[in-house]
Amino acid sequence: MNAVKFMFAAYIATWLIHGIYLGTVVHRFKKLQSQLKDLGKK
Amino acid sequence: MKRAFTILSVLTALLLVYALYQALVVAPTERTMGEVQRIFYYHVPNAWTAFCLFLVNLLASVAYLITKKVKADALAVASAEVGVIFCTIVLVTGPIWARPVWGIWWTWDVRLTTTLVLWLIYVAYLVLRRFSDSAQTPVLAAVLAIFGALDVPLVYFSIWFFRTQHPQPVMGKGGSLDPQMLHAFLINLLAFSCFGAMVCWARYRLEMLHREVDELHALESLAGSESAKPSMPLQRSSR
Repeated sequence: MNAVKFMFAAYIATWLIHGIYLGTVVHRFKKLQSQLKDLGKK
Repeated sequence: MKRAFTILSVLTALLLVYALYQALVVAPTERTMGEVQRIFYYHVPNAWTAFCLFLVNLLASVAYLITKKVKADALAVASAEVGVIFCTIVLVTGPIWARPVWGIWWTWDVRLTTTLVLWLIYVAYLVLRRFSDSAQTPVLAAVLAIFGALDVPLVYFSIWFFRTQHPQPVMGKGGSLDPQMLHAFLINLLAFSCFGAMVCWARYRLEMLHREVDELHALESLAGSESAKPSMPLQRSSR
């Protein structure tokens, strides 16, 4: 592997980790909001 | 509040795109390391943001121990979790840089080892928060956070205190940086700091919402048990 591939690997890994984490935060937020909505209806 | 968050998110997104352009296109190629040196524009700002988030965690933990305010505890959880994510990126991008430059992925160097220990301490903090449901958990976690934060200056100053393979600082008394490289670095530092603040804010809101839902669930189950057994007096929890 040459230097450019290592560089892109680092950049991709960074955004992959941030993206996956942001995705889980959004997913948990939506789940809690729907739970809150259900509790409000009761 | 919601509007301020939207403004911060849009500004952060624009800054991150500009920072990426600066790092990949504008900044000149380093003479000895070549293109792989550009990892520095992501590695160092992510490390800086992780340190800032661990500092926020320390301050929030101390505030919680003094005031016992729920908001301080929620901020401590949020900053620790986001800090671990940034620290993970430091531990991933570092070896990717080290392989072509040093010829190895990892070495038990002081800077690298203390960073790994820092990451492990905060992972332990999150495991404690996740799996312990004792009423004393926030207090124990706050104390653990204070011990964890002691490792941050050790990581930062290890390259001065010990003989290490890790590169010396390229700014201040440690060396100098090309003006275009410095500009790209500072833009990335600003962009990742804003991104860290934005994600921490979002995680804090999630934590507060989580506590609100938990409270409503507890109230609902309490109301349910009261209506099912109207004649029985309420018993206090043994915990």
